[in-house]
Amino acid sequence: MDTKALLAELYDVVGLGVSALSGSGFDAFITVEQNSARKALEFLHRKGFNVLADLTCVDYLRYGFDERPLPPSHPHRLRRWPSPPKPPRRFKLVYRLLELDPAEGLARGRLAVHVWATGKEAGPPSVMDLWPNADWLEREVWDMFGIRFSGRPDIKRILLYEEFVGHPLRKDYPIDKRQPLIGPKEGAARTVVSDEPLRPDPS
Amino acid sequence: MKKTYLLNMGPAHPAMHGVIRLILELDGERVVGADAEIGYLHRAFEKQAESGVWNNVIPYTDRLNYVSPLINNVGYCLAVEKLCGIETPMRCQYLRVIACEISRITDHLTCVGANAMELGAFTVFLYLMKAREGLYFCVDKLTGARVTASYARVGGVKADLPAGFQEQLREAFRTVRECVRDSEALLTKNRIFVDRVQGIGILDKETALAYGVTGPVLRSAGVPYDVRRSQPYLVYDRLDFEVPVGTAGDNYDRYLVRLAEIEQSMRIVEQCFEQMPQGSVELNKGQLIEAGLLADLGKRGKTGHIWDARADTDPVIEGSGRTSKPDIAADRPEVVLPSKEETYGSIEGLMRHFELVMWGRGITPPPGEAYFAVEGGNGELGFHVVSDGKDMPYRVRVRPPCFFNMAVLHKMLVGYTVADIVATFGSINMIAGELDR
Repeated sequence: MDTKALLAELYDVVGLGVSALSGSGFDAFITVEQNSARKALEFLHRKGFNVLADLTCVDYLRYGFDERPLPPSHPHRLRRWPSPPKPPRRFKLVYRLLELDPAEGLARGRLAVHVWATGKEAGPPSVMDLWPNADWLEREVWDMFGIRFSGRPDIKRILLYEEFVGHPLRKDYPIDKRQPLIGPKEGAARTVVSDEPLRPDPS
Repeated sequence: MKKTYLLNMGPAHPAMHGVIRLILELDGERVVGADAEIGYLHRAFEKQAESGVWNNVIPYTDRLNYVSPLINNVGYCLAVEKLCGIETPMRCQYLRVIACEISRITDHLTCVGANAMELGAFTVFLYLMKAREGLYFCVDKLTGARVTASYARVGGVKADLPAGFQEQLREAFRTVRECVRDSEALLTKNRIFVDRVQGIGILDKETALAYGVTGPVLRSAGVPYDVRRSQPYLVYDRLDFEVPVGTAGDNYDRYLVRLAEIEQSMRIVEQCFEQMPQGSVELNKGQLIEAGLLADLGKRGKTGHIWDARADTDPVIEGSGRTSKPDIAADRPEVVLPSKEETYGSIEGLMRHFELVMWGRGITPPPGEAYFAVEGGNGELGFHVVSDGKDMPYRVRVRPPCFFNMAVLHKMLVGYTVADIVATFGSINMIAGELDR
């Protein structure tokens, strides 16, 4: 598919809020404003992008910052590259679309749709009805980054358990953070942790 | 009035490869609803990857799909190389293809063998494990480990082929062909087996595409999508292989597609050996010095002999010396570690070595992001890497093919009986290490 012609059509449908095409070939991507994301994805689905190959998120909170302490005797760290530009918002969702020809089995086109989100208010609308596998992918993004997709209130965690506190792939979640112990589903959680867990209860 | 009831299958069930929990809604013996609960093997791969340097991720990738670890290694390295703009030498690319295809065979052998065993054909399992053992022996020779291989490096591979590898692999392939033929004779027309798998767990083309399913599961539904054919990477465009396709999308077709792919993978490896440019690993250039002695000499500053010599290393890293380095790694000193002879024999080599292993130095890809997809054992295995120009990855995302297969599992279970769950679940080859990361 001619991506350029497709984009010209997309401008007509969505209007402002769609960036120019970046990258080339199968690495092409566009950036879409959050409130026109649903419209743009609907349009691309209609235009033949029949597979949602992936949906993921990147937390840009510490992008380009260097916070690791240096040892006192260490010379200044080698910087081979200039600092990257500041991202417009904290989170970037990446929808990786694939146009697959079922008869030939060849990928006709690939397009990544980038959507920036703040993470505080509800994120872009869910696309579960367009690509049903978005259900699990959105659950994973919620689980790992805490971005809620509007239009699906009952979202639940997928890889972690419901009692987990926080969203671990956020950059402000420390890697060595411990989680509280949880009890059985019914009944109170165990609050007192015995230091002699192997000794049987005398009573 | 019809009454249904709920049944938990797993997480500790002998047929739930690894750990996964299926919540089933049953009407008698018929499944009317199914839901999968995953995450029991979550090991925070993506978070771990962000907390180390770029090279530290490679051993973690072994643990993603642990029946085909070499494909994961290669996939990750290709993604980082795409970010850095590195092209590896031709021989290295062939070595990577050979490694990937050996892994693909072990993946399919394990899946078919385990699936047959769960349906009661224990002999087939033993035959196929015997075939896999020969391949693991070759992987051990090549990489130094049977499963946790860590063979690929950013910009190259660990070492060239060890001496006599081709004959060993040929012997292993003979065993694989023999075992696969025996297994086919036992299963393909076996009434008991065919009754258990034919027409069971049907996944139609449209549903498979809507759920993003790839790999043998999609191909068995009749869509010949293969990343190796659709977007050829490495040297797959120079190799002649077929993409086996099924028609019905049931368990039987998945079994047939996997067996056919084993044969195609062996064909690819055999072509690689024919086409591969000759390496210089066999060249007897320079005097052979034991590696420990070489390091001692270097540390005492007696580097005069070292530069022309060859290090006599442990067989595990045989073929990573100075003479074979140009064949197996790109000429990019900013990402590729120098050979032992260079490190100990010259100040430039030592500096290059330190520039890569010192804290805060190492590989520093330019700021940006890259996505690279390879054909894994289960389908499109993608790595999405983001760099902010420092020595640690900013984000590493894996697109695990299993995740998509599992998301559609409920469609394949509903309407069949409880006994069919084992057959269907076995045929989609869920690998918990990759699914839960």
